[in-house]
Amino acid sequence: MKLKKNIATSGEGFIFNPGTGDSFSTNEIGAEIITLLKEEKSVAEITQLISGKYDVDASQFENDLDDFAAQLKDYSILE
Amino acid sequence: MTTPKKKIVIAVTGLNAIDSPGPGVAVIRAIRECEDFEARIIGLSYESLEPGLYMHDLVDKTYQIPYPSAGTDTLLGRLTHIHDIEELDLIIPNFDAELFNFIKLRNKLKEMGIATFLPDLDQFEARDKVKLYEFGKKHDLMVPADKIIFQAKELVETAKELDFPLVVKGKFYDAIIANTLEQAEKAFYKLQAKWGLPIIVQEFINGTEINIAALGDGEGNTISVIPMRKLYITDKGKAWAGITLDDDRYIDLAKKFIKATKWRGGCELEIMQTADGKPYIMEVNPRFPAWIYLTAAAGQNQPASLVKMAMGEKVEPFTDYEVGKIFVRYAWDLITDISEFQQISGTGEL
Repeated sequence: MKLKKNIATSGEGFIFNPGTGDSFSTNEIGAEIITLLKEEKSVAEITQLISGKYDVDASQFENDLDDFAAQLKDYSILE
Repeated sequence: MTTPKKKIVIAVTGLNAIDSPGPGVAVIRAIRECEDFEARIIGLSYESLEPGLYMHDLVDKTYQIPYPSAGTDTLLGRLTHIHDIEELDLIIPNFDAELFNFIKLRNKLKEMGIATFLPDLDQFEARDKVKLYEFGKKHDLMVPADKIIFQAKELVETAKELDFPLVVKGKFYDAIIANTLEQAEKAFYKLQAKWGLPIIVQEFINGTEINIAALGDGEGNTISVIPMRKLYITDKGKAWAGITLDDDRYIDLAKKFIKATKWRGGCELEIMQTADGKPYIMEVNPRFPAWIYLTAAAGQNQPASLVKMAMGEKVEPFTDYEVGKIFVRYAWDLITDISEFQQISGTGEL
């Protein structure tokens, strides 16, 4: 799971795709995931970090992360 | 001690900054922002209520000029009169419908000492809506298939070839999407009444609309390219807000077009980018678009660069611009006095 090279993000969860002109807002968790993706963390690392920080089951989070990734891909934000 | 800036007298048309705006006011705003020369702006208007006439901080003086249908002799007579008073250095026409006359007069204007920076007549005509498909084939540019028709009954055969939905387009402006033969016929008669014949019937391409403002030097070099996506579109299909994009495919496409045509001056490519990434050229407008100020805001001042090239200066191609620069158009009630309206209506000058 890798963000496209030119995607601009803010720590507050704002995502701008300069190739299409589309912009999106995520919630706080989404913003954290985007920040981790920017740091090129793997799915396993993101799962470990988020499930360690919040009261969430790792496998449940991985499912949610899959859904989120599918959305990001749909919006041409992921490679 | 500083050297005084060169003063250039520039006449600009397209002052109709209305809901379907002409580019003139945006062109002037960009020119005014350039610090390399001083500009005296002469507005050339067709009607008394073009908002640009009353924008005295942008336009120094305005003269009415005859409608394009009056022909080149009448236009030249009026321009000669204006030139006697104002000593014009340059004219930047901004309307599709007037460009033919200005291109025809180009050499005569040059003899008078008035520069233009316009495409040649064959460049201008090659990108005409009526010839765009052939043009695309010749230069390996993707253009939707189309048929040029003169009678509504030709729609039956055309629909068999191109299939519904179809885009029915007027000779100069307007496009209507038709899903049935009845809708296509209605569109045909509406556009015929407004713009005359022929009517262009074009294959419908589904995708994202991208607009590209580009400036060519007339020798095949691209001086500037700014791609923009409309973020808000009016019911007339005009951009009310837009954002600059970062996608090399659009830059390459504009460069390919300018190289193929050796385009001189500004132009706007209307692109439809399909979901599988194919950029179709839907139209080529042979002048700056109304959103041209965005090019200056993004770091590539196309109108000012055109002025410099028209004045004989060599301009190096721009390489960078700001991505994510947004324009949001707005409506503003400009207040003027009856005396100004009377002056432009009565004397043709303001």
